[in-house]
Amino acid sequence: MSKARSSFLRTGFVHVALIAYTLIALFPVFLTLVNSLKSRNAIFREPMALPTPKTFSLIGYETVLSQGDFFGYFQNSLIVTVVSIALVLLFGAMAAFALSEYRFRGNMLLGLYLALGIMIPIRLGTVAILQGMVATGLVNTLTALILVYTAQGLPLAIFILSEFMRTVSDDLKSAGRIDGLSEYAIFFRLVLPLVRPAMATVAVFTMIPIWNDLWFPLILAPGEATKTITLGAQMFIGQYVTNWNAVLSALSLAILPVLVLYVIFSRQLIRGITSGAVK
Amino acid sequence: MSQSDITVTETATPKRPVRWHIAVFLAPAFVVYTAVMILPLIETLRLSLFNVVGGELAFVGLANFAQLFGDPRLAADFWNAFSNNTIFFLIHMAVQNPIGIALAAMLSLPGLRFAAFYRSAIFVPTLLSFVIVGFIWKLILSPIWGIAPNLMDLVGLKSFFGPWLGKPESALITVSLISVWQYVGIPMMLIYAALLNIPDEVLEAAEIDGITGWSQFWKIKLPLILPSIGIISVLTFVGNFNAFDLIYTVQGALAGPDGSTDILGTLLYRTFFGFQNQMGNPPMGATIATVMFLIILAGVSLYLFVIQRRIRRYQF
Repeated sequence: MSKARSSFLRTGFVHVALIAYTLIALFPVFLTLVNSLKSRNAIFREPMALPTPKTFSLIGYETVLSQGDFFGYFQNSLIVTVVSIALVLLFGAMAAFALSEYRFRGNMLLGLYLALGIMIPIRLGTVAILQGMVATGLVNTLTALILVYTAQGLPLAIFILSEFMRTVSDDLKSAGRIDGLSEYAIFFRLVLPLVRPAMATVAVFTMIPIWNDLWFPLILAPGEATKTITLGAQMFIGQYVTNWNAVLSALSLAILPVLVLYVIFSRQLIRGITSGAVK
Repeated sequence: MSQSDITVTETATPKRPVRWHIAVFLAPAFVVYTAVMILPLIETLRLSLFNVVGGELAFVGLANFAQLFGDPRLAADFWNAFSNNTIFFLIHMAVQNPIGIALAAMLSLPGLRFAAFYRSAIFVPTLLSFVIVGFIWKLILSPIWGIAPNLMDLVGLKSFFGPWLGKPESALITVSLISVWQYVGIPMMLIYAALLNIPDEVLEAAEIDGITGWSQFWKIKLPLILPSIGIISVLTFVGNFNAFDLIYTVQGALAGPDGSTDILGTLLYRTFFGFQNQMGNPPMGATIATVMFLIILAGVSLYLFVIQRRIRRYQF
């Protein structure tokens, strides 16, 4: 009896601790979203209150949308992220297939070479990357960002995908070869569909750092036409720092796409992490 | 690969046609990775040995390093950034990882209700960009808005409130804790995965021996998740020693007040890119990047060759 009671107490304590931490994690986000919908007076007078019909105001969003080209920034971020992910997945899966499927001289060495980038941050090469982009005229283009993010995402993608490709049955591939499929057909038609769950995991892992990056947009593409949403929000907020409505609305606009994507993909992401894809 | 494999491939090669498809599969990844990541990295390391002499780039050997560590102003800046970065890292290790482990241990309790909800909610900050996180906390900690002092008033601690981000003695700790708040999700998830991988039989055997609750965590689970803790530590190390975004967002490129939150990433940015009336200096930037590279390399090697080999692994 006493054991049941102590476990009840323990469960209670665990829930209290987890609820407390959940509040700590969500409170700042909640605070931003709620206050972005209030008038300036209400933001200061009752920061914790939900917007009421009396205090509701969209003035912040109006300022943001009329002053900054947030749709343009959003579009840039979307292009950069989607194209980079597509390239990382395609190139990464091809390389992972070659490394896990064929025996050839230097296989191991090449695998190690491609894995270097998991531990060494690409940022350390920024000085030369900028020089290279200046030399090729790619500064202030989205192409520069896409190239950098593709290179940045490849090592981890190749590492995770080759682990998964080793689990694809050899019988299936042999059957394909006997049926006269080319190596390319085996890769695109047999193997790729089977590693789709791993591709989704890689896509999510690749997406977060690209979408959120400030360093490379700031250095390689700070022009108005190529600003990403992260850089755009940073510069906009820096300019309007005393306009609290605008700042809170800009923050909310930057948070919302991430939250929406997370709600859609959270199961995939968490399954990917907990299935041991990144160990 | 064993000796016999190698001989097999070698003897087989002449009979087989050149397998072009292997090259086709590897080429795109290899080319992009080499051209955009590895070559610039090597070029940056090389550039650290050059400097502008009389309007032309010339080989100067280790003179840049001598200047970085010898020039009183540069050396002071560097050591300030380095020690701040070390404190930044130590705070992550001391706060972020234990909280992450504790949360994971609680989440992995069998039969816990709402575990999926807690897990998803606690991971939200990790997905947000530094820009968002930085500004949110700047607003919350701002004495003008008064959220933080009001909250502290609720628990009777209002007198302890101060403009933490504005004071040199507390700014670094505050920024580090903001970063911890954002990144707790990563150790939590990785440890959670490791805890789920412990076979039930092991835990049942422990329970039969009367080892439950706390002592089960310390004596059974913790030794089993040590390899994951090792990986998290090295990831934290690499992440912290090239951090930049959060400091830049919260405190600006000058990493104020008075350089008290300057870390290697912000120092690198100011040095090579220039800031306000300071001109950009690529060779000196490359020198700092090289030093950062060596620091990260030292940390990763220490992990791979010393720590990882000493951690006992258990196979199930």
